[in-house]
Amino acid sequence: MLFDALFLQLGYNATLVAVGATLLGAASGITGTFLFLRKRALVSDAVSHATLPGICVAFLILVGLGGEGRNLAALLVGSAVSAGIGLWCMNWLTRNTRLAEDAAIGAVLSVFFGFGVVLLTVIQTLGSGRQAGLEGFLLGSTAGMLYSDALVIAGGGAAVLVMILLARRPMTLVAFDPEYAAARGLSVSRIDMLMMALVMAVTVVGLKVVGLILIVALLIIPPVTARFWTERADQVVILSGILGAVAAYLGAALSASAPNLPTGPIIVLMSFALFALSLLVAPNRGVLAAVLRHRRFQRRVHLRQGLLALAQAQTIYEPLTLRLLARAGLVRADGVATRAGRARAAKALRDERRWEILRRDQAQEAAAALYDGLREIETVLTPDQIAEIDGKIVPAREAH
Amino acid sequence: MASEFVTLSLTPLLIGIFAAVACALPGNFLLLRKQALIGDAISHVALPGIVVAFLLTGAISTWPMMLGAAGAAIVAVVMIEGIRRLGRIEPGAAMGVVFTTLFAAGVLLLEQSDTSSVHLDVEHALYGNLESLIWLDGTGWDSLLDPQALAYLPVELPRMAATLVVVAAFIALFWRPLKIATFDEGFARTLGMRTEWLGLALVLMAALAAVAAFDAVGSIIVIAMFICPPAAARMMTNRLEVQVGWSVVFASVSAIVGYVLAGYGPMWVGMADAVSAAGMIATVSGVILAISALWGPCRRRAGAPSGV
Amino acid sequence: MQLSLASQNGQSAAEAGLSSSPLCIRGLTVSYGEKPAVFSVDMTVVAGQMTAIIGPNGAGKSTLLKAALGIVPPLSGRVQVFGRPLDHQRARIAYVPQRASVDWDFPTRVIDVVMMGLYRDLGLLGRIRGSHRQIARDCLDRVGMHEFSERQIGQLSGGQQQRVFLARALAQGADLYLLDEPFAGVDAATEKAIISVLKDLRAEGKTVVAVHHDLATVRDYFDNVFLINTRKVAEGPVDEAFTAETLQAAYGGRLATAQVDQIATTA
Repeated sequence: MLFDALFLQLGYNATLVAVGATLLGAASGITGTFLFLRKRALVSDAVSHATLPGICVAFLILVGLGGEGRNLAALLVGSAVSAGIGLWCMNWLTRNTRLAEDAAIGAVLSVFFGFGVVLLTVIQTLGSGRQAGLEGFLLGSTAGMLYSDALVIAGGGAAVLVMILLARRPMTLVAFDPEYAAARGLSVSRIDMLMMALVMAVTVVGLKVVGLILIVALLIIPPVTARFWTERADQVVILSGILGAVAAYLGAALSASAPNLPTGPIIVLMSFALFALSLLVAPNRGVLAAVLRHRRFQRRVHLRQGLLALAQAQTIYEPLTLRLLARAGLVRADGVATRAGRARAAKALRDERRWEILRRDQAQEAAAALYDGLREIETVLTPDQIAEIDGKIVPAREAH
Repeated sequence: MASEFVTLSLTPLLIGIFAAVACALPGNFLLLRKQALIGDAISHVALPGIVVAFLLTGAISTWPMMLGAAGAAIVAVVMIEGIRRLGRIEPGAAMGVVFTTLFAAGVLLLEQSDTSSVHLDVEHALYGNLESLIWLDGTGWDSLLDPQALAYLPVELPRMAATLVVVAAFIALFWRPLKIATFDEGFARTLGMRTEWLGLALVLMAALAAVAAFDAVGSIIVIAMFICPPAAARMMTNRLEVQVGWSVVFASVSAIVGYVLAGYGPMWVGMADAVSAAGMIATVSGVILAISALWGPCRRRAGAPSGV
Repeated sequence: MQLSLASQNGQSAAEAGLSSSPLCIRGLTVSYGEKPAVFSVDMTVVAGQMTAIIGPNGAGKSTLLKAALGIVPPLSGRVQVFGRPLDHQRARIAYVPQRASVDWDFPTRVIDVVMMGLYRDLGLLGRIRGSHRQIARDCLDRVGMHEFSERQIGQLSGGQQQRVFLARALAQGADLYLLDEPFAGVDAATEKAIISVLKDLRAEGKTVVAVHHDLATVRDYFDNVFLINTRKVAEGPVDEAFTAETLQAAYGGRLATAQVDQIATTA
C-alpha cells in the first residue's frame, strides 16, 4: 500500500493530491524562506488563522444564493479575502499604534479565528451535516475529495510556484539586503506586499491539504531546516523548496496509504523529522558540531591563557586550565611548569609581544585585525616578517 | 428570571471572567517582553498533552489531563528555548517549528487512538464548552448560601478561581522584579536577580492559566485573552500599574459581553440557537482592541523609539 | 627573558594587596561564538578615582563591563569586588547600561525608574515610605531632572534618558559605579551635568569606571585609563598610560598619527 502510494498508484485523485501537495510544499518552502530571512516567520500564523471567517462567509453566501456551499474555489476566494483583511489589520496595528509585530500577529489570529468559530456555529445551526466540509479546513483532509477539488489543489500549487519563480529576483534582493534593493530603485514596501500575497496564496491552496492551523509549519520548518546546511542565501531558497516538496510528497503519499493518517499532521511531522535530523548533524551549524567546536575552543582558550600565565609567573586559579595544562604534559601535578611547558609558555609570550608590535604597525592593519588572542602569528606573517618584528622587540623592552 | 440566571448563566459567566483575567494578567508582561505569542504556542501544545494523558490513563479525567497539558507546555517551552539557542534560530521561527509539530503530533495521536466514544476532539479543544458548565442545583440567589447546592457547582468554577488566585498572587508577589527585569534585564541581573528563572516562572504561570482555562473555555479564548486585553490596555495609559488594571477590566468586559451576545444575540436577530461563547468572547476582545487602537489616549509610541 | 615561577608567598602577598581594590579582574575571557571579544584580561581599579575604559569599536569595552557585572558569562577568569566574589557585593555596585539597551516605550514614569534603584532596600513587598520617595527625588535633583519626575520615560530626550539612568544608579547608594558609554549621543548640557555628578561621587570617595569613546575628553574627565583591544593594552594613571604609544597599540592604524600626537600631548 505504502509502496503504491509512493509511486502514485493509488488512483487519480490521490495522485493529483500528491502532485499538488508536492508543488505546494516547494512553493511554501521557497516563500517561507523570504519570510524567515525577513524575521517575520510567524506572520504566516496570522494569515492562516484569518482565513476562517472568509471561508464561513463564502459558505453562507453560497447557501444564501441557493447553492450547496461546497464549491472549493469559491471558499478559497473567500479565505483569501479575509486573510487579506487580517494582514491589513496587522500592518495597520504595527504601523499606527505602539504594538510590536508579535502582539499584532497574536491579536489578529485570535480575533479572526474566534470570529470564524462564531460563524462556524452559525453554520452548524443552519442544518445538520452541512458544515462537515468546513471542518476539514481546520486540520486538512484529502480523504473523499472530489476530482474537481484535487484539480484545484494541483492547479493552485502549480500557479503559486510559477508566480514565485517569476518574482524571485526582486524578492531575493529585498530579503537579503533591503537597503541595497532600495538603492537600486526597488520599492521595498511593494515587494513586501508581493511576498505577503504569495504567503496568502500558499495558505489558501494549502488549506484543504494541511488545514489552516498547520499550514504555518510548511512556511516555517523547511527554511529553518535549510538554513542549517548552508550560509548562502540563494542556496537556502532552493534547498528549502526541495525540503518542502519532499516532506509534502512523502506526507501525502503516506497518508493516502492507510486510514487514520491525516494528511496535514503527517506532512508536518515529516518536515520536523528533516528538521530534527539537520539540527543534530548538520556539519557547521548542527548541534553536535557546535558542541564539539565549543569544547575545543574553550580548551584552546584555557591552554593559551595558562601558558601566558606560566610565562609571566602568575598564579593560575582556574582548575580547568590547570587540568588541561597537566594533561598536555606542560605542568606537573603541583602546578610547576615542565620543561616542555616552559618552552611553550615562552613561545606564547613571545608571540604575544610580536602581535603587540604588529598591531601597532599601521601598514599591517589587515593582519592585525585578525588578532583574537588565539591565532598563531605564523598563519598571518611570513618567517621574514616575523624576524623583522623580532628585531623590534628587544629595543622596545629595553626602553621600559 | 433570577433563578434561571443563577442556574444557566452565573457559573459560565464567572468561569469566563476568571479565565479571561487569569490569562490577561501574565499577558501584560508577555506583551512587554515581546513574547506575546508564547500564549499561542502554549495553547496549541495543550492538545497533544491532553491526548497523551488520555492514552496513558485511558479515561477522561480532569487532573491527568491538566497535568498532561501542563507537561506539554513545559516540553514546548524547553524545546523552543533549546532550538533557539542550539540552532541559533530567531525565537519566532523556533516557536513556529515547535508548536506546529506538537500540535500535528496531537492530532495524529487523536486520530490513531479510538477516542470516538468519548468526548475528546479537536473542536472541543479549540472552542471549549463554556455554555455547558451550568449549575443545576443553583435554583436562585439563595443557593449561594446553601452548602448542599454549592457542593454541586461545576468543578471548573473553583478550579478556575484557584488558578486566578495563584496567578494573581504570583504577579503581586513578584511585581517589582517582573517590572524591573522586563524593562531592563541587564540592570536586573546586576541587582542579583535570576532573570532567566523569573522569565521561566512567568511562562509557567501563563501555562498554568492557559491549561486551566483551556479545559473550560477552549484555546481560542486563551490566545485572545493573553494578547487583546493587555494590548488594548497599553493604548490607554503610560503606567504599568494602570495598564494591568485596564487589562483586567477589558478581560472581564469581553467575557461578560461575549457570553451574553453569544447566548442572546442570535435570538435578537431571529435565529434559534446560540453561537460559540468562546468565539464571541474572542471577537469582543478584538472589538475592544480596535476601539482602543483607534481612539485610545496613548495609542502611539511615546517619543522616539529606542536607539534614537 | 627569564622564566621563573615566583614563590607561593610572593604571589599571595601580591594577591592580598590587590584584593582590596573595588574591582579586580583576573584572566577574564569572554567570547561570543568562536572569536573572543575579551581575551585574558587583568584589571585592577584604583579606589576613589575615576577610570576610563577606552579602545576602538568592537574592542570588548562593554563586554568587559558586562562580564565584570555577571551580565554575560565569561569563558574563564574571575572577578572580585572589594575583595570578595561579586555575588556578595551586589549592594555596593551600581550600573548604568547603555541607553539604547532598553525599550523607552515601556509604560512607566521617570520617578518609577529611579525607584528601581532602591529595589535592594525595598525587596519584594517592602512598603515604599516617604523616605524612599525623598531619596528618589534627591537623586533626580542631582542630575537636574527634578521637574520631570512624573513624565513618561518615552517623552524624554536622549540626554534626559541618560540622566534618569544615572539617577537610578545614584539611588542604589553604591561604592562602585560602572557606566557604559554615559556620554554617547547626549547633548553638551547633559555631558556637563553627568561629569559633575561623577566628580562629586569621587569627592565622596566613591569609585567610578566608565566605558568612554571620546579621546579628546579623557584627560579632563578621568584619573586613570584602561586601554583595551581584545587584550589589555595599558592600564594606569592618565599621564603614564594614555600616551601616543599606547593609543597606537590600542587603535593601530585606525587612528591617524597626527591625531594621536595631538591627544597625547594635550595635557
